[in-house]
Amino acid sequence: MTSYVPIADQSHVMHDPHTFITKYVWSQDHKVIAIQYGGTAIFVGLIALVLSAMMRLQLGYPDTFSFIDPANYIQFVTMHGMIMVIYLLTALFLGGFGNYLIPLQLGARDMVFPYLNMLSYWFYLLSVLILLASFFVTGGPTGAGWTLYPPQAILRGTPGTDGPGIILMLVSLLVFIMAFTMGGLNYVTTVLQARTHGMTLMRMPLSVWGIFVATILALFAFPALFVSALMMLLDKLLGTSFFMPALASLGQVSEHTGGSPILFQHLFWFFGHPEVYIVALPAFGLVSDVLSTHARKNIFGYRMMVWAIVAIGGLSFIVWAHHMYVSGMNPYFGFFFAFTTLIIAIPTAIKVYNWVLTLWHGNIRMTVPMLFAMGFIFTFIHGGLTGIFLGNVTVDLPLSDTYFVVAHFHMVMGVSPVMVLFAAIYHWYPKITGKMFNVTLGKIHFWATFLGTYAIYLPMHYLGFLGVPRRYFALGSTDFIPDSAMALNANITQAAIFVGVMQLLFIYNIISSLRNGAPAGGNPWESVSLEWQTPDTPPRHGNWGDKLPVVYRWAYEYGVPGVKDDFVPQNVPPEEVVMEPGAGKYVDRSEGHYS
Amino acid sequence: MNPFRLLTEKPWLSTPQTVGGMTVEVSQASLVPPQKVALRVFLGVVGVLFGLFFTAYFIRMGLADWRPMPEPQQLWFNTLLLFLGSITLQWTSHVVRRGETGLVKIGLLLGAIFTFGFVFGQVSVWQQMTAEGYYLSSNPANSFFYVLTGLHALHILGGLWVWTRASVRVMAGAKPEVVRLSVGLCATYWHFLLLVWLAVFALISYT
Repeated sequence: MTSYVPIADQSHVMHDPHTFITKYVWSQDHKVIAIQYGGTAIFVGLIALVLSAMMRLQLGYPDTFSFIDPANYIQFVTMHGMIMVIYLLTALFLGGFGNYLIPLQLGARDMVFPYLNMLSYWFYLLSVLILLASFFVTGGPTGAGWTLYPPQAILRGTPGTDGPGIILMLVSLLVFIMAFTMGGLNYVTTVLQARTHGMTLMRMPLSVWGIFVATILALFAFPALFVSALMMLLDKLLGTSFFMPALASLGQVSEHTGGSPILFQHLFWFFGHPEVYIVALPAFGLVSDVLSTHARKNIFGYRMMVWAIVAIGGLSFIVWAHHMYVSGMNPYFGFFFAFTTLIIAIPTAIKVYNWVLTLWHGNIRMTVPMLFAMGFIFTFIHGGLTGIFLGNVTVDLPLSDTYFVVAHFHMVMGVSPVMVLFAAIYHWYPKITGKMFNVTLGKIHFWATFLGTYAIYLPMHYLGFLGVPRRYFALGSTDFIPDSAMALNANITQAAIFVGVMQLLFIYNIISSLRNGAPAGGNPWESVSLEWQTPDTPPRHGNWGDKLPVVYRWAYEYGVPGVKDDFVPQNVPPEEVVMEPGAGKYVDRSEGHYS
Repeated sequence: MNPFRLLTEKPWLSTPQTVGGMTVEVSQASLVPPQKVALRVFLGVVGVLFGLFFTAYFIRMGLADWRPMPEPQQLWFNTLLLFLGSITLQWTSHVVRRGETGLVKIGLLLGAIFTFGFVFGQVSVWQQMTAEGYYLSSNPANSFFYVLTGLHALHILGGLWVWTRASVRVMAGAKPEVVRLSVGLCATYWHFLLLVWLAVFALISYT
């Protein structure tokens, strides 16, 4: 039987690395690389969290903190956005969870190209170091906004253009894209070719489906960022005019001739919108698995979930210009993009209904991962609904560049994916470390984060309706912004600082549980997917001992009538399933068995 | 694999398949070497990269300051060299399968000569251009010319790295069987880069 899966069963990865260096530093083991990716991503994420606290301090208490000037403020905004979207979320979902889960959930020993995988992490680390270096150079990091729109991104007067700030930003992005391409080729090839016996594509857990489709999106969307970053770098360094129009800046006529800033916007958002789904699709997948496991019920509409992931992935490439309604585009053009944008709501709504229906009549266990997963459903619906406002051209025009937009995208691609990240980290922590985390701390962490983020972002919608503009260092005295809005801003800041500080509980929990946590056992959540069936916990190098597992069914066999344990792991042969006395023989669920 | 059948599969039903009289659980994972699959995906990525540059080129062309640039005749000669390199590697991947070590060595060597010839040819075109005063930032068409040819040459040099590894092994006396896969991959990659080059060349001539 082995002959059917030689690629999953690579024997050359079976040589255990022995030295500390090959085991933990220059490791080619997908699990170690996943932890390296995850640790680095969380580290830069914490930096970005501190940056957001600084922004909030300025907004909530203007004229109070002398160490924040307008230039610093816009630098914090820029670096916060860029780090969170690319260096935290993309890296943690795909580099972290992609690396950890793909081989384990598919029953492979490792990724198909372990060396390339290692290289991918070290390039990622290099890109992070280049990015962080920009904090320490003359003029500091770039303050161009995370969208880096030319011409202001590279013109004098924008922070980071006197020194190498903007150059380091662009180079870091180029290196990140190379790092991701190495990893991405690995993930796609592993999913296509390194599945174990019986693991058909339609038996893969939705986590793998989400990561797989997101990786394909990323492979084809990141080139757009690569192209735009490279051309902007040349505009800055060598005086070309790809994006830079003929202009006079600070009293001097520039050497640029007649480039098109709008061209940059198109290229950037051709990457930027798929990027939203590069983050969201893995989150959709991971949350599906967490919900199904802790509700003790098969995911509702598995095939529909897969189709929706694929459909959303495809549609995400034809909606980019809804970020550009105010760029002066032809209204008919805007209408087309509004139309495609609203169509995406259909597969997305299917997914939301299916999550809710998975919970319906389930035997819900209110574990910490489940709390975060259910929190995600709330925040995601919330952020999705405001997306319908902004997707319509006429509604978007007055709301554009206000705090309504800030509230929308933070709910939909800030808080929601982070909820899933916490759910996933708590869910897989026992497998990754072999220890159980502190449940009480986890629950406090959830309620503080969930309620706290609502306290931050709900009022921001109201500020947006008032017309409070985003990106402003200080609002000054204006007629349309009442004093109550200023008071609200102070409250938002208090909530933000509270949520930020409460994340220390999470960091403390995952570190101290490494030492003090109770042994978790191999399958604490009584889960059916393959990663919980490894012979060792944490899984050893090569994952599966002597023989690869054989898969007999899908990854959602929970709550099966008549079965003693209420779940049947994917790798248990039908004849070995233990039944309740008198329940008869185990049969697969066919449509006839649903009442 | 039929995608429609794949997507309508009912995963909650066990569907053991009979292979060679034995009932086994199959994964449908194909036995194509993973390197081949990864290369195809990579070619897709590179294709998108150049495709986006082409799109940017067309949009930029429509703006007021666009001026056509001269088309050096040497580019035709360079194209011929890359074409020969591509043909040679295809022939090499053919003789590798027949196991003829001597011919494989000749093929790898010739392929490298043609390819390096192409890269040096491109560099000499750059020198001609700069000698005539057409620098990177002189006009937008030139900017695209340097960026596109430079990126294309970088991709070729990346391919030559795989070529070098294969050649070193053959020269050190390895059986052709060992490098069969890498030579095949090189051939595919060279054909692809030839196509990209033809597109770039057409675009440059279209100014």
